Amino acid sequence: MTTLWFIIVAVMIAIYVVMDGFDLGAGILHLFVAKTDNERRIILKAIGPVWDGNEVWLLAAGGTLYFAFPLLYASSFSGFYLPLMIVLWLLILRGLSIEFRAHIHSALWRSFWDGMFAFSSITLAIVFGAALGNVVRGVPLRADGYFFEAFWTTFTVVPDAGILDWYTVLLGLVAFFTLMNHGANYLALKTDGELQGRCRAFSARSWWGIVIFSILAACATFAIHPAITDKFLSYPAGFILPILGIAGVGGIFYFRRKNASDKNDKAAFISSSLFIIGMLASTAFGIFPVLLPASTDPQYSITIYNAAAGDHGLAVGIVWWIIGIILASGYFIYIFRSFKGKVKISEDGY
Amino acid sequence: MSDALLIDRLQFTLTVTFHYIFPQLTMGLALLIVILKFLAQKTQQERYNDAARFWGKIFALNFAVGVVTGIPMEFQFGTNWAAFSRFAGGVIGQTLAMEGVFAFFLESSFLGLFLFGEKKFGKHVHFLSAVLVFIGSWISGFFIVATDAWMQHPVAYSISTDGSAQLTSFWGLLTNNWVFWQYFHTMVGAVVTASFVMASIGAYYLLDKKHTEFGKLFVRIGVIAGFIACLFQLFPSGDGQGKNIAEYQPVTLAAMEGLFNTRQGADLVILGQPNMESQTIDNPLIIPNVLSFLTYRTWSAEVKGLNAFQQNDWPENIPLLYYSYHIMVGLGTIFIAILLIAGVLLWRKKLYASRWMLWILMFSFPFPYIANTAGWTTAELGRQPWLCYGLMRTAAGNSPTVSAGNGLFTLLGFLGLYLVLGVLFIILVLKEINRGPEVVEGGERS
Repeated sequence: MTTLWFIIVAVMIAIYVVMDGFDLGAGILHLFVAKTDNERRIILKAIGPVWDGNEVWLLAAGGTLYFAFPLLYASSFSGFYLPLMIVLWLLILRGLSIEFRAHIHSALWRSFWDGMFAFSSITLAIVFGAALGNVVRGVPLRADGYFFEAFWTTFTVVPDAGILDWYTVLLGLVAFFTLMNHGANYLALKTDGELQGRCRAFSARSWWGIVIFSILAACATFAIHPAITDKFLSYPAGFILPILGIAGVGGIFYFRRKNASDKNDKAAFISSSLFIIGMLASTAFGIFPVLLPASTDPQYSITIYNAAAGDHGLAVGIVWWIIGIILASGYFIYIFRSFKGKVKISEDGY
Repeated sequence: MSDALLIDRLQFTLTVTFHYIFPQLTMGLALLIVILKFLAQKTQQERYNDAARFWGKIFALNFAVGVVTGIPMEFQFGTNWAAFSRFAGGVIGQTLAMEGVFAFFLESSFLGLFLFGEKKFGKHVHFLSAVLVFIGSWISGFFIVATDAWMQHPVAYSISTDGSAQLTSFWGLLTNNWVFWQYFHTMVGAVVTASFVMASIGAYYLLDKKHTEFGKLFVRIGVIAGFIACLFQLFPSGDGQGKNIAEYQPVTLAAMEGLFNTRQGADLVILGQPNMESQTIDNPLIIPNVLSFLTYRTWSAEVKGLNAFQQNDWPENIPLLYYSYHIMVGLGTIFIAILLIAGVLLWRKKLYASRWMLWILMFSFPFPYIANTAGWTTAELGRQPWLCYGLMRTAAGNSPTVSAGNGLFTLLGFLGLYLVLGVLFIILVLKEINRGPEVVEGGERS
């Protein structure tokens, strides 16, 4: 039962990264690919009807984590207090940038929100990557199950490392290039003309960033956390997950090299989604059954066994969760089909 | 109280009070927009669609701020109240997760369709999406109230070997006796806010002689919906909520009412200031025996005063609790009086020309926000000194590793951010109100 909930939470986080990832990516690219007010409106309209729903996956994943593994929620949220608060402020800033920009017809007003949108999206991508890095690297858990991390200490991987050290920053860069690529693939699907060309070019360029930093990050991970290697060696079936990820990254390259067409844009978007899912699933597989490794003493690690909620709660949860997710998937399919196709705006349009 | 605890409490108070400005409007407005769309479907008059589109814009602004200020609420359970989350997550994690899965997906998906899809998908889909946004926002309210209800009156749990509370009955959690009246009272309170806001903007249009046709429509719907909602607030929902407090939190009832000593035939205090030194009410204006009657339906029933309880179980801030409660009830009574008069004028077809009443309506909009905030303040201060009533003290619930210095850093950050956010929000809402409803054939925002 607890294993099932581990998988459910992991799946929800993966869906969140794939879904909100493309609109975060759109934010990362906002200033780079869209030059005129019209182009920027196109980008915002491409994510306008869906970004809010995508972000709900974060809330739903957070709520599910809270419900299934209360100890993990309590420990990690208070331990990662500072970065989470920064994440909250960035999410607020980003949401407002998208919603407030259109309300006042002023170049100055709009430039300001464009800048805020890009800044918050870029920082969020890096912080999310660094957060994943913290979970893999481990945190200084105490015997009572709590810890607190400063932003940084020495920038080296030591037991009392801060949120940011060279390893977590490295994962932040992987996340930055991955989401930039993912966003470019999405925008290429939703735009046409020159703007689309620029999105495709960014997709092709950011691919190199993904490859270089992912290889570095993979080597660093095996060095820092040898248990992950052992895990894969003792359960070789798990290799399917990183292979999926590698197939995804290969797919992006292949479909970007082929002639530019909507069909290949779609294939590239699916490839970058596959890469994200494959890499997150590999990480989850690698650390299972640990949820948050302790850098102090392995016996303080938070695992699915010591963090899970009671049996009755988890059992009824399965029932409503399945019903809820079927409903939610229904809405999403309906909404995405409703808004499929290229974004069009009228010249004077508000 | 330790500095860290005080800061954790202040931060939650700040963020939740600010947050609730927005959902109380959107939950109520969702219903009024459904009514507008229903009238549009029924009468085939385009002005109802124009009106719904205008309120859709106001809704969207409030919804956006409500969403971004709502995420910190869920996060803070873990960041600032880790000990509480560890204790109660096995129970209330259930309702919080269900809110995400059942309400937010529905709400956010169909709001996109409502705002962006009118021209593309036609009137029926637009009506349907308004209904689904309404249902989503009201489900969301239910799960949040169910969460709070468990903290007010814990049920359906057992304490496991590690000391945490774990759920024993799913339906028991959702049908907690505390849930029904509190949910009813909260949601109708949201309708009161939305009705006053609608009537207030309508009155402004009429007084300023612009968009007058819409002004009349808004005043009419606002006054009628507001009057019905205010009556429901008094009875049965307010009454039912009061009975729950009398039954499950008698010490809170005594503190709210300013009843220091147990009495048979207790008086209802209308006005007066609680004097904690002398344990009396200064300058009291009272109605004899009415508190006994309201609580137990008997004029001479005994109502327990604060002296019947141990002092360390008293709510910590009795004067503030007393004032919050009296502000809520006092404003609720004034609302009924205003809307009754406005309703009579409307019925006699004199309202749109009664400038004095339009002035009152125009300036009325802040007061339901105050009343709703005071109501929640009553509920949460009344719960003190408990975080989970009878199970966990507030002082035991905050995060052990978050220091006062780090807490103050984020408290100040929220303060600054919300100040800027509040100012921008007001500017944009005023701009939309000034622009007013646009009469566009099949128009929508892009």
